[in-house]
Amino acid sequence: MMTRKELDLWVGIFAVIGIGALLFLSLKVANLASFSAADSYQVNAKFDNIGGLKVRAPVKSAGVVVGRVGEIRFDNESFEAVVALNIDGRYQFPKDSSAKILTSGLLGEQYIGLSPGGDSVNLKGGDTLKLTQSAVVLENLIGQFLYNKAAEGDGKK
Amino acid sequence: MATSNLVEVQNVTFSYDEREVLKDINLVVPQGKVVAIMGLSGCGKTTLLRLIGGALFPDRGEVRVAGRVVNKLGDAELFALRRRMGMLFQFGALFTDISSFENVAFQMREHTNLPESIIRDLALMKLQAVGLRGAADLMPSELSGGMARRVALARSIALDPMLMMYDEPFTGLDPISLGVIGQLIRRLNDSLGATSIVVTHDVAEALELVDYVYYMSAGKVEFQGTPDQVRAAGLSSLRQFVYGEPDGPVPFHYPAPDYRQDLLAQ
Amino acid sequence: MTGRIAELMRALGARIVNNWIWRLGFACRFLWFTLKESGASFRRFHLTIREIYFTGVLSLIIILVSGLFVGMVLGLQGYDTLVRYGSSEALGVLVSLSLVRELGPVVAGLLFASRAGSAITAEIGLMKATEQLSAMEMMAVDPIARVVAPRFWAGVISMPLLAALFSAMGVFGGYLVGVRLIGVDEGSFWSQMQAAVDFREDVLNGVIKSLVFGVAVTWIAVYEGYDAPPTAEGVSGATTRTVVTSSLAILALDFVLTALMFRGH
Repeated sequence: MMTRKELDLWVGIFAVIGIGALLFLSLKVANLASFSAADSYQVNAKFDNIGGLKVRAPVKSAGVVVGRVGEIRFDNESFEAVVALNIDGRYQFPKDSSAKILTSGLLGEQYIGLSPGGDSVNLKGGDTLKLTQSAVVLENLIGQFLYNKAAEGDGKK
Repeated sequence: MATSNLVEVQNVTFSYDEREVLKDINLVVPQGKVVAIMGLSGCGKTTLLRLIGGALFPDRGEVRVAGRVVNKLGDAELFALRRRMGMLFQFGALFTDISSFENVAFQMREHTNLPESIIRDLALMKLQAVGLRGAADLMPSELSGGMARRVALARSIALDPMLMMYDEPFTGLDPISLGVIGQLIRRLNDSLGATSIVVTHDVAEALELVDYVYYMSAGKVEFQGTPDQVRAAGLSSLRQFVYGEPDGPVPFHYPAPDYRQDLLAQ
Repeated sequence: MTGRIAELMRALGARIVNNWIWRLGFACRFLWFTLKESGASFRRFHLTIREIYFTGVLSLIIILVSGLFVGMVLGLQGYDTLVRYGSSEALGVLVSLSLVRELGPVVAGLLFASRAGSAITAEIGLMKATEQLSAMEMMAVDPIARVVAPRFWAGVISMPLLAALFSAMGVFGGYLVGVRLIGVDEGSFWSQMQAAVDFREDVLNGVIKSLVFGVAVTWIAVYEGYDAPPTAEGVSGATTRTVVTSSLAILALDFVLTALMFRGH
């Protein structure tokens, strides 16, 4: 028979390590501390083709993760993809920065690379990036390559 | 209430699903008396006890305790009434995860806001009354059958009930424990000024201790009277019951096809 | 012939109605009573704390050890597969996502059902068989408020904590095998994991899953115990039913929850 004090102690220990495990999962595994949605601003970027970009893909600048893709939708008027980027409030970028869709490694996940421009005014929430470069679609690339080769062959004749 | 009957059961009929267990029962328990309800296993005695405690409700008729109709009370009123009743279950039904002391203190903790020191004194007094103050810290698994029954008795009198109900208090006890429990039932009834109902089929012990007997058979009251009247009664089924005769109105054989035919059937 | 088929269908229908529909209805009513009578579980919280000890603390060892081993196995198997595609750095992602999203809640739930759920059913069933519940009722104490509700809430509180511990232990196990034993780069193990695991999407959804499993398992456990026939066979049958039913419930609910949570990504 355990006294109430001992019971309380054990249950207390259980609660502490249980909550500790939750904190570990949130902070160390999910890295909640380094990027919180509350402290971010959203800018939009339009692309002709986003390839395989997915929601929550990282937004990197100089290789550092500065934000995440928040939303992807299709604009019915310009027939382009509109990608909303949630950028960490700690990072500021010039208004004329450009966005590219890049691939990590040959077959890796796609992410957005932000290249800072030279404007003195910084981006703020709701802005739209003017300069964008779409995803490189492997099929298009191969098609282009073959077409060029064929054209070269024709020229030599 | 002017009535001197603490419990009145009037024209009560009760059935489990289709099976009628009690048929038009009438029964009264006068204030301050110890009344036995006797009968064979399965004659509806325990059911009757549960009806009085409000754990079951009759199909027809009324059960009155202290002038209140039990089967018409709301939950809160029923619970209030039950605080003034004590019930000793067949095998004690002690809470197995807490000590004897905590078992006795259970109702005090649940229903009162008494300080710990008073609860301790009261619980020890109740245990003293059944002679088991020394066993206060034992767990129910460490008690013998008779001791467990006594602790359960101490628990059921914890809040000084006006009505005590005993469900087969003598089952499975050795002769000494049996005598002890019998004495305690009588003594506690008189010293607490309570009223007691003892449901039992232990005739010899019950006739020694009670004031009045109801004998039930097949859901009906077959006979009622004082212990002396019971002993002298000419009713054959009661005679068989009281003197433990193997054959009589209650046959030795369970109903079966003719013995001869059954054996020769192959 | 048709008569026999009709007979069979009728028997089957009666079985389904009696064994399933009727019991489900009663179980729902029982849950409602339990929730309604839950006041005392929180007003007198020591009642619930006591049960958290029995359901949560006593399940710790099995949860921690299983979590560690599951994580270590994931580390080995994951590395074996990933190294073929030259992406062994993604081991952290594989281990943590499979634990946080699926294995943590599900395996911890299954262990919880067999460790704590069966114990709850057996205890309540035994209390019923030995008339302790009737005795309580005769002492004007509602057994649902005093016995069932604290156990129910203890289970609901314990389960998410146990699942989180299982996942955390698993990630640690994967780390031990992947980084310490095999030699995957520690930095990329953690950073890739942190880049891929989302708090809301993965961790929070995992916690929600475990909470749902906790409710399901303890509900089944207290119901089976309370509904058990008051005999030795009755209690042992109910204990078995608790483990079977709650395991099935966990897997079915997991499918539904996964479909709802991770759709479209």
